[in-house]
Amino acid sequence: MREVVTGNHTVSHAARVARAQVVSAYPITPQTQVVEKISEFVADGIMDAKFIKVESEHSAMVACIGASAAGARAFTATSAQGLALMHEVLHWAANARLPVVLANINRAMGPPWTIWTDQIDSLSQRDTGWMQFYADSNQDIFDSILISFKVAEQVLLPAMVVLEAFFLSHTAEPVDFPEQEEADRFLPPRVATHTVDPEHPAAFGGLTGPDHYYELKYMEHNAMLEAEGVIKRAAREYGDITGRYYKMADPYACEDADTVLVVSGGIASTAKDAVDEARAAGKKLGSLKIWAFRPFPREAVRELLAGKKRVAVVDRNISFGQEGIFCTEVKASLYGRDGAPPVLGFIAGLGGRDVKVRDLLAIAEAAEKADCPEFNWYGAKP
Amino acid sequence: MIEIRFHGRGGQGAAVASSLIADAIFSEGRNVQSFPMFGVERRGAPVAAFIRVDDKPIRVKCEVEEPAYVLVMDPTLIEAVDVTSGVKPKGTIVVNSPREPAEIGLDEAFDVRTFDGTTLAVEHGLGTRTAPIVNTTMLGAFAKITGLVGIDALAASIKKYFPRDRDGKNAKAARAAFEASRRG
Repeated sequence: MREVVTGNHTVSHAARVARAQVVSAYPITPQTQVVEKISEFVADGIMDAKFIKVESEHSAMVACIGASAAGARAFTATSAQGLALMHEVLHWAANARLPVVLANINRAMGPPWTIWTDQIDSLSQRDTGWMQFYADSNQDIFDSILISFKVAEQVLLPAMVVLEAFFLSHTAEPVDFPEQEEADRFLPPRVATHTVDPEHPAAFGGLTGPDHYYELKYMEHNAMLEAEGVIKRAAREYGDITGRYYKMADPYACEDADTVLVVSGGIASTAKDAVDEARAAGKKLGSLKIWAFRPFPREAVRELLAGKKRVAVVDRNISFGQEGIFCTEVKASLYGRDGAPPVLGFIAGLGGRDVKVRDLLAIAEAAEKADCPEFNWYGAKP
Repeated sequence: MIEIRFHGRGGQGAAVASSLIADAIFSEGRNVQSFPMFGVERRGAPVAAFIRVDDKPIRVKCEVEEPAYVLVMDPTLIEAVDVTSGVKPKGTIVVNSPREPAEIGLDEAFDVRTFDGTTLAVEHGLGTRTAPIVNTTMLGAFAKITGLVGIDALAASIKKYFPRDRDGKNAKAARAAFEASRRG
């Protein structure tokens, strides 16, 4: 069934269709509508879930951790300062190997106080052990949440689906919702092992000395590596049901491109129009959408970018004093490889600054100049 | 791709109107996108909302700059904001006003149209003269003038968006506005 729905309400519908059993969340602009809708679903009996009101995002994640440890499918959503407040327990969820799924509506970090979008909130959580997927449309939001639950419950790592404030969260567009039976076939009830169960008392997460802690991290790392294959299988299975096939690194007109824009989130969708416009003018431009940020699709990035004349990475984020974070990841993937193209970094769109088709064309044009610096602040006012 | 901008005041329902008409256009088989002005809303303050319409899937995720059509829910907004900003030459600007288009004070390069949505809304029991609820009435007029959507699709979306309006006052007002307006 196709309906015109906002990004926020798409998140709510995804939690419902995924049959999340416990939802705990604390409202924050621009995520508030997600929680409002889920609480309506639960109150109206449309969604058979326990909705737990809490006093902070930290508590919301703790409630999800408790529910997930008891074997439930747990979900939450947040933004910016809310995600930052969760930070401590994001580590906990991942290290306890709990398949919680979270939707983060990308909002820039204050001060100055802001409600508009950029990716610094979610990218600051890079090393917590959560998988991360960056959606480029409302359809992508829905599909990514279903795929995330499936993958998370297999590899026992939590997953974060990320969408931009306003450009996706408050934008209504057509979304194709699968029939519940189709979704159930793809995502059957969670089969949990090692759950907290009063009938079978056990200790979890207790003091662990250097003898064992190190190997637990080795296992967690391997789980993240293993996730790549699991994501590919889940995406294929999902595609066979819905006709929509997701790729961790998704190329658009890349094959014969001289210049490739590496993009993520809604900018990846806008970039397709930019590529079409450039192509119509006879320019060999392509784009590469990074859907999965963790695990990072290193192999695909290497293969798809090998031999290109240049790559321009558009980052709606910044690691202060370094460069854009996607840019660093792309460079790390390409390092030391034959045929690795020059990688040029462009910061754009921080704090909700609009990134239009013409901005992406200007970035591509700047990258094509022989003297283009390796690192650029696109469109910064003097 | 057709781009549209609605101007209203916080609480007048401009954002609801934008998603409602997008829903109606979508029900007639076209692709749509709608979003409110990105930011904080205050009751009474000028607000805007945007719609995109295309036969192809709409991929751009950025703001609307050059609308072909503009709907102004409240004529006092013309003094507060530039409702013609970015509007293409000969773009249509529909204003809720009992006055003639030439009396509105907008540049004659634009196709300015007026419709007295306030009187019609109040006649249909939608708010009062001082606090009229004009969004559905003005959508009826806007739909007819621009030809973007049929009245049956619009009325169906109005019913979907206002399930508690059991007497169908909003849909009736929209229909009356549609009939009282002139295409093109």
